[in-house]
Amino acid sequence: MIKLIDVRKRFADDQRWVLDGVDLDIPPGEMTCIIGQSGEGKSILLKQIIGLIKPTSGTIIIDEQTVTTMTERELRGLFRKCGYVFQFAALLDSLTVFENIGLSLLEGGVSPAKVLPIVKEKMALVNLKADILDKYPSELSGGMKKRVGLARTLVSNPSIILYDEPTTGLDPITARVVHELMYDMQKRLSITSVIISHDVEIFKYVDNIALLHRGKIRFFGPAKTIWESTNPYIYQFIRGLAEGPIQTEITNK
Amino acid sequence: MIVRVLDSAGRTALNMCNGVGDFVLFFVRAVSVLLTTRLKVRQVLYQMESIGVGSSLIVFLTGSFTGLAFALQSYIGFSRVGTEEFIGLVVTLGMTRELGPVLTGLMVTGRCGSAMAAEIGSMRITEQVDALSTLCIDPYQYLIVPRIVASTLIMPFLTVLSMLCGIVGGYLLCVYVLFLNPEQYIDIIRERVELSDITGGLIKAAFFGLFLAWVGTYEGFTTTGGAQGLGRSTTRSVVIGSIIILISNYFLTSWLFQTGVAA
Repeated sequence: MIKLIDVRKRFADDQRWVLDGVDLDIPPGEMTCIIGQSGEGKSILLKQIIGLIKPTSGTIIIDEQTVTTMTERELRGLFRKCGYVFQFAALLDSLTVFENIGLSLLEGGVSPAKVLPIVKEKMALVNLKADILDKYPSELSGGMKKRVGLARTLVSNPSIILYDEPTTGLDPITARVVHELMYDMQKRLSITSVIISHDVEIFKYVDNIALLHRGKIRFFGPAKTIWESTNPYIYQFIRGLAEGPIQTEITNK
Repeated sequence: MIVRVLDSAGRTALNMCNGVGDFVLFFVRAVSVLLTTRLKVRQVLYQMESIGVGSSLIVFLTGSFTGLAFALQSYIGFSRVGTEEFIGLVVTLGMTRELGPVLTGLMVTGRCGSAMAAEIGSMRITEQVDALSTLCIDPYQYLIVPRIVASTLIMPFLTVLSMLCGIVGGYLLCVYVLFLNPEQYIDIIRERVELSDITGGLIKAAFFGLFLAWVGTYEGFTTTGGAQGLGRSTTRSVVIGSIIILISNYFLTSWLFQTGVAA
């Protein structure tokens, strides 16, 4: 269970509260999607969950451990439990696919011969063939990079995976492949998944949806009945309406 | 009006203190990681190769041509008082004590300090540094410490190259252009140059290597603001690195002189 209690975030050079009291309970073993407009602080929220960014105030609890008060050593333990898939995969440019996926093991002193079968196993999980092992990230397509990023995350066998806009910049077909992959992974490995996305197609695959607006969670509910929801925020957002409680820069003009 | 000026001055002063504090804390953290974790020897060797071999051509060129120009200028001065036999001594002392370490430091800052800032800065803005953390890899151990260690270790070697090129350049000019006696050039070096002249220069070079890598990695690690921020970090790494080298040169020279290491 991931629990966020009154999480607030403000950056030193900005008076605005990016997150202004976020309360959220993310159920274990399920896929939860956080949606919201661009610039609402979704990625910051996700990075705070894993401890990459400290909130200004509030508490984040993962499996009864308080992330917000963790030392660096304790955070390292959390990183073993929680995987993070970055928006643009964040693969290390100077390393091959093999080195990228097996990086945590190789740096931990495991021999390449022992790392290879593990890397191949994780690549198979994300439908990647072993013939790209020696390629560099610059030689891969966007979809492949995302899958390599996911395979790299799976190496530590995490029980929680956080996805930061996993289908941004992908064509609809590849985006669907990535969605199905995430869904398949979650069902097979019972991983708790938190996904940030703008893509309404993802609603078919996730269990819960949370809407972040003006620093607060305005809606949390099951994805199955999302299109029947009368919550004004979610009604406007998923239909892409200009009229409603969500004021965009364009409608403000 | 006065309040606004005071407010602005106070803010600038606070920001400066904050910046210096962050810069020092960054180094303290790097040192503590160096002392408490396993050194990534492969990364250190890779960085030494990148900084050392990669910079050898520019160090060769700057050392050689500085030696040539220095010998020529010395000749102009010494020939006025008929003491051309001292050219070898002056060129050697100049190259070993000052020009070798300082010029090498400045050239390597321009080439490698900026590259460190650009590489790590690019990794920062594309979230690769965060990715390392999520993979339980300490970015200081993986990115920062190897570069600082490598730069500190390789700079004395590059400086030796620069010193040699400068001295040989001076010799070639004196013998083949100015047609002076080659024995004179070499003999006075043998007689008058001491080991402390060289060791002092090498100690300074090691410090310059440390400073340029510290600035380069710090600027890269704290990069924000996309491509524009990356450009700013790269520029700052060269400007601040060069200034630190030039200022510290005086203090290091003074310290080496006082302690008798290079008196």
